[in-house]
Amino acid sequence: MNAAVITTAPGRYGIYGGQYVPETLMPNLIALEAAFEAAREDEGFVAEFELTLAEFVARPTPLYFARALSESFGGRVYLKREDCTHTGAHKINNAVGQALLAKRLGKTRIVAETGAGQHGVATAAACARLGLQCIVYMGALDCERQRPNVERMKLLGAEVRPCEAGSRNLKVAINEAIRDWISNPDDTHYLIGSAVGPHPYPAIVREFQSVIGREARGQIMVREGKLPDAVIACVGGGSNAIGIFSGFVDDDVELHGVEAGGNTDAAAATLNHGRPGVLHGALSYLLQDDDGQVRGTHSIAPGLDYPGVGPEHSALKDAGRASYHVVHDAAALDAFRELSRREGIIPALESSHAVAYAKQLLQQRPGLTVVINLSGRGDKDLPSLLERGLL
Amino acid sequence: MPATQATLEAAFEAARAQGRKALIPFLMSGHPTPRDFAANLREAARFADVIEVGVPFSDPLADGPVIQSAAATALTHGTTLAQTLHTIAEASLHVPVVLMLSVNQVLAHTPEGFARKAAAAGVCGAIIPDLPHEESAAVREVFTRQGLTLVPMLAPTTGPERMKAILAGATGFVYLISVAGVTGTRDSFPPATLAYLQRAARHAKAPLCVGFGISQPGHINQLREHADGFIVGSALIRAIDEGRSIQSVLQPLKEAAAQPSPTRNARDVAQQEEQS
Repeated sequence: MNAAVITTAPGRYGIYGGQYVPETLMPNLIALEAAFEAAREDEGFVAEFELTLAEFVARPTPLYFARALSESFGGRVYLKREDCTHTGAHKINNAVGQALLAKRLGKTRIVAETGAGQHGVATAAACARLGLQCIVYMGALDCERQRPNVERMKLLGAEVRPCEAGSRNLKVAINEAIRDWISNPDDTHYLIGSAVGPHPYPAIVREFQSVIGREARGQIMVREGKLPDAVIACVGGGSNAIGIFSGFVDDDVELHGVEAGGNTDAAAATLNHGRPGVLHGALSYLLQDDDGQVRGTHSIAPGLDYPGVGPEHSALKDAGRASYHVVHDAAALDAFRELSRREGIIPALESSHAVAYAKQLLQQRPGLTVVINLSGRGDKDLPSLLERGLL
Repeated sequence: MPATQATLEAAFEAARAQGRKALIPFLMSGHPTPRDFAANLREAARFADVIEVGVPFSDPLADGPVIQSAAATALTHGTTLAQTLHTIAEASLHVPVVLMLSVNQVLAHTPEGFARKAAAAGVCGAIIPDLPHEESAAVREVFTRQGLTLVPMLAPTTGPERMKAILAGATGFVYLISVAGVTGTRDSFPPATLAYLQRAARHAKAPLCVGFGISQPGHINQLREHADGFIVGSALIRAIDEGRSIQSVLQPLKEAAAQPSPTRNARDVAQQEEQS
């Protein structure tokens, strides 16, 4: 495994990261870090995780050469098919890993947040398999626009708690999940779904998602005999991006993260329009006002509808190792339709942002070989898009 | 400015000399309106040894529904740090004031800028629930230079070694979270709370104040032997929301806090036991 970028202190990525949580949770974070460090060195744990990835998650996922998209965009376009995993998004990689870790810690109860519902479904599935109680916090707005995932979570035995406060989206769901954890520190593990939160969460999520980058690197070498020119992934909190970037960060490969622009440029584009601040336990770029109040966000993609971002992305940006771009709702919807029509693959609205950026990049610089992380599938988005007449 | 530091210490010393437990009411700046907050601040000061003022934050992690809602209300009135400090300075209270806010609000003004403005308004210190011991050194140093106290927090989950490390540098007072959870009222406290307060009393030199869930005289009676002061937050905010008077909440608590203790100061007793 490669080293995280410019780690300057435990739990830090450059100046970013850290552990900004109430004292009640600090002992839990210290115990979690110790358990994680022990588990990753434990052959038995690693073997069980890998077997779970193979038999339950259905890994490795294919690296798909998108012939029609390549012709249309003017380059060589590969899709890393995380949409082919069990439950339909990359979230399951981390969910099964952390659920095994929670078992190891002797926890019996799991709380999780979810935006698009993909992490909630993945966590519900992982908990069902391991016999863990599962409670998922989800913004009330997201419950409405990702109805199918709410039903799936319930079927898998999870309790879904809609969050009515404020923006009724992912940010609020994380607030509630953390408050639940503060109230139940002994028996509960907070199974965070993105590369955000206090140390050691960004490191844990990166570790369990790094399988995406490892596989993709090996697959493109077989297929092309060389590394790609660029790797592209959407960034909300940034877990699918950090997963695939981790396979290429030490190589001469461009890394492009794609943030959600909503209808206006700044809508949820944290790395493009934020400045450093603390949200949900870590110092990272943050959309906020001059008094330190966190700004509301808007994106058509609930999984990107978040004012913060994982701390390693902030460090990658400052170091100039990755660049971060903005794609608006309309361009993401165009990509959603184009991939469905031309390749027979319905992408998640989140992943559609990465596809839309790939198109822009290849228009500017034709002929590049690019790998897009197709982080999830779009079935979940259909009812809401149809209802709103957006398709 | 050592003068402000002396104010917190003087407040606890005065209570102790009179055989009372200190009472620390919590109010949210800008709640229910900025004007009402200013009036409530003066009224609460009549019963207070120290006043805790929350600066509303969009995403508080450690607060229960009552204080969350008060913060949300205050933010709809456009409440800011600057306004809060202005109101506190205008009130020129005879009791010391500490702020409660999120670390991001401190960072947004830079720790230096925040400390300078707060000290200029006559604030004595701050409680920053999401700035744990490990992350606190730089902010504490800046605060100290401005004569501000960074109030350390303990939780029931804090282990013995960690507790010693946190208490070693404590000045002003120590905020003990009564039970693992968010702010809000509770019926009573489990035996584990008492054991944890006793443990803290053995190592603490600064006064120990218990918060989270203190709403009735019975709570103070239950915990009085193990603490030097009590923080009253959600119960007071709820009373304000329901149109009840500040006096109706604080008067009975003030009386309970003034009851003579069956034993001498808890810390002296615990530390004596430790030595023998």
